[in-house]
Amino acid sequence: MFDYTYLPEPNMVPYLVETMAKIIFIFSMNMGVFAPLLGWVERKQSALMQDRIGANRADIFGFTLFGLVHVMTDALKLLTKEDFIPRGADRTLHYLAPFIAVAPALVAFAVIPFGGQYNLWGHKANMVIADLDVGILFVFAVASISTYGSVIAGWASNNNWSLLGGIRVGAQMLSYEVAMGLTLVGIFMVYGSLRLTDIGVAQENFFHWGIFLQPLGFFLFITCALAENKRTPFDIPEAESEIVAGYFTEYSGLKFAMFWMAEFLEMVTISAVLVALFFGGWQVPFVSHAMLADLFGFLGRDWAQVATMLVHVMVFWGKVLFWIFILMLIRWSLPRFRYDQVMNLGWKIILPLALVNIFITALVMLWVK
Amino acid sequence: MAELREQVQRKFGDAVLTTHAEHGDQTVIIRKDAVLEVMRWMRDEPSMLFNFMMDLTAVDYKGIKPPVWRFEVVYHLYSLKHNHRIRVKVPVADDSPSIDSIVSIWKGADWFEREVWDMYGIAFKGHPNLKRILLYEEFEGHPLRKDYPIKKRQPLIGPDN
Amino acid sequence: MDLHTEPLVLNMGPSHPATHGTVRFLLKMDGEKVLHCETEIGYLHRGFEKQCEAGTWTQVFPYTDRLNYNSAIQNNVAYALAVEKLLGITGQIPERSTAIRTIMCELSRMADHYTNLGASMLELGALTAFLYFVEARELTWDIIESVCGARLTSNYVRVGGLSTDLPEGFAAHVKEVFPVNRVFWSEFDKLLTKNRIFLDRMRDTGGISEENAIAYGFTGPCLRACGVEYDVRKANPYLLYDQVDFDIPVGFTGDNFDRYLVRMEEINQSMRIIEQLIDKMPGGPVNIDNPAVRNPSKEAVKGRMESMIFHFKNTIEGIQVPAGEAYVPTEGSNGEVGFYLVSSGGGKPLKCRVRPPCFALTQAMGEMVQGAFLSDIIPTFDMINLIGGECDR
Repeated sequence: MFDYTYLPEPNMVPYLVETMAKIIFIFSMNMGVFAPLLGWVERKQSALMQDRIGANRADIFGFTLFGLVHVMTDALKLLTKEDFIPRGADRTLHYLAPFIAVAPALVAFAVIPFGGQYNLWGHKANMVIADLDVGILFVFAVASISTYGSVIAGWASNNNWSLLGGIRVGAQMLSYEVAMGLTLVGIFMVYGSLRLTDIGVAQENFFHWGIFLQPLGFFLFITCALAENKRTPFDIPEAESEIVAGYFTEYSGLKFAMFWMAEFLEMVTISAVLVALFFGGWQVPFVSHAMLADLFGFLGRDWAQVATMLVHVMVFWGKVLFWIFILMLIRWSLPRFRYDQVMNLGWKIILPLALVNIFITALVMLWVK
Repeated sequence: MAELREQVQRKFGDAVLTTHAEHGDQTVIIRKDAVLEVMRWMRDEPSMLFNFMMDLTAVDYKGIKPPVWRFEVVYHLYSLKHNHRIRVKVPVADDSPSIDSIVSIWKGADWFEREVWDMYGIAFKGHPNLKRILLYEEFEGHPLRKDYPIKKRQPLIGPDN
Repeated sequence: MDLHTEPLVLNMGPSHPATHGTVRFLLKMDGEKVLHCETEIGYLHRGFEKQCEAGTWTQVFPYTDRLNYNSAIQNNVAYALAVEKLLGITGQIPERSTAIRTIMCELSRMADHYTNLGASMLELGALTAFLYFVEARELTWDIIESVCGARLTSNYVRVGGLSTDLPEGFAAHVKEVFPVNRVFWSEFDKLLTKNRIFLDRMRDTGGISEENAIAYGFTGPCLRACGVEYDVRKANPYLLYDQVDFDIPVGFTGDNFDRYLVRMEEINQSMRIIEQLIDKMPGGPVNIDNPAVRNPSKEAVKGRMESMIFHFKNTIEGIQVPAGEAYVPTEGSNGEVGFYLVSSGGGKPLKCRVRPPCFALTQAMGEMVQGAFLSDIIPTFDMINLIGGECDR
């Protein structure tokens, strides 16, 4: 059922302005902040974990900016590098694959709320680009498209290692897509909605956060999410010591950079979904929307809403950053699985546990009723 | 108890050309055609039980020993049970040198024999896969022979270049 | 309907991240399963033996550094022992020299095991564990560097002695580093030994039976992981190994996990050996008092005619080694490193053969990964610790 509350108002201008602003905001957050900066964060965090200093050599007039200049040099290098297509490769698909890989990670963000709903000067602002009532299904649908990017890349490269990587991606994504969907059924049952904004609103009470209502679901989901992200310990499709670099062995320059970016953006998306579903979305713990608006009451009604909005948006991104940190922590701590072990984990452990989780959730809900 | 080399000599008599224990290393020098027989006996005989074929190599005595003795194939065996070692040497003649392969007795001898073939050109009869191991197939000659000049270069250049 | 299928032929190496450019596996794959694996070596062949035959006995030492470069001093020592056996001066080596050799051998063993285990972790995807191992190894290498001035290619041992004595404060340095190394050790242990993913990757992979291992000529940690208690240090003691107290760790199953455990414990045992020796380090000279074998000191060379002559003769003609042959087995980090030397009398070796332990181990790769997954090649290959310099010589 479609909720007509958020349909365009008779006056389209504020609506369009709001939507454009949100798209630009999300796009610039992802492409301008996360995609380049996570490379730096990853280097520095791994360096910290490994008793190293990390990247600090590149400089502009002697300023290294804690290694941030490396981000620029990286970009410069990737842009100017030769774009290599191996002999016998399918040129069209070889070109297409990185775009297919990177686009879904961006598009998925359309339904993830990065703030609540605010009444600003009579205009209802909703901090989500597209408030779909099938929100999370949209995320899954779009995320699974990115699998095609990797599979096609593996196939189009005319290289056995790429092919093996492509096959591994296909198998891994397929297995974990199923499991991931099921791990979230519990969440939908608890909150009674697929719309991510509804789930966000329902988590205003700290003890109604997804992680408390669905602890098992949370752990299963984060495992699946790691697997979907194809990073260690689930990086078998690109395991460099086994199959060279998996599906992007034959990619260089900007196209390689797109796969690289896709990986980081996926990490952001996953963290955002985690936050939206299990970590209270934009909500500040123990502080409700109304309380926050009261706190900023001295600014006047509308400005108080603006201040609340800013706090919420910042809290959301702060939580996302926290989860990115955790994901990187896991990535730099563990060795990688073997192909069959990943499959076993997905089909024989996570899937049954997800079903058990659904069953228990149903029982508890019946009990509570 | 008699020394190992004497036990071998007593058992095989004629096949054993000579023995010595220089620097305490038990050494028997046997005839080429008795290699398989002696080796199998050494592995299975309860008082020997040489279950390890530790090392297999060859020595080129060009100009030092008479031509019929030019090469010596040298085996170093070790017994885990008795904790003793023995060196078996087999003289091999100069012209198209060959010797029986012992891969059927110790399968670990496989690569060692290939290496000797590669480096000295001593063929091992009955070896399952006798081809070069450290050098490339196109290499000409056998570099550890004394008549292979040390400065000789044979760069392998691919067909495309 | 019968679908036509054929195995995928995969050429793994020599340009492959896991094969270090020194080995090539020609794989026949059924999906992820290895149907057949053919191993090809020789990419690092430098003609070690031919070069040795061209130089004097002393000039061989730098070449031995480049066999197993992770534990170069062990090769130095093994070669020196073999030449000394040929010369018949084994009993005349000063006690202090022997003690230092033992200590340096064990330090090399620690460094080698750290490198090997670290590199394995790297290839299993645990970069952090790798860097922890490397840090511990650096500390060990610092000690080696303080002694001989080089981290890898030590060129430390000489026939009849050593190139230099220990530096000032060596014992203190070791005693300062070992507690840190022990902390690192327990960190690896915590990070890996009970890590479920690590266990799954290592346990029941790359295993080999005891009989097979012996038939292939396995030695060292890979053989001991199969449950065979064979260590040259105990079986044919050399240096001071019969005077120190240490245990030989032995595994049960012969799989990669046992190989890992054996190596981890050997690091501990090496530390134990060094700590015992460092407390009762004998004094005195480190070089044999025989100018025909070991060059006289520089002061003597500059001040005395005879010393000058010996120095000249030793350098130009080489040490004169009587005709004969000798084989000396020693326990390298990878297994039995044996030097078989033949002399025809004179300043140059007629034959200088080293028994490379990982040659025999690599040979069994095909059998160890048969029917396993592609991913199993990685830990198996890492745990046999193929060192190109040693395998290809």
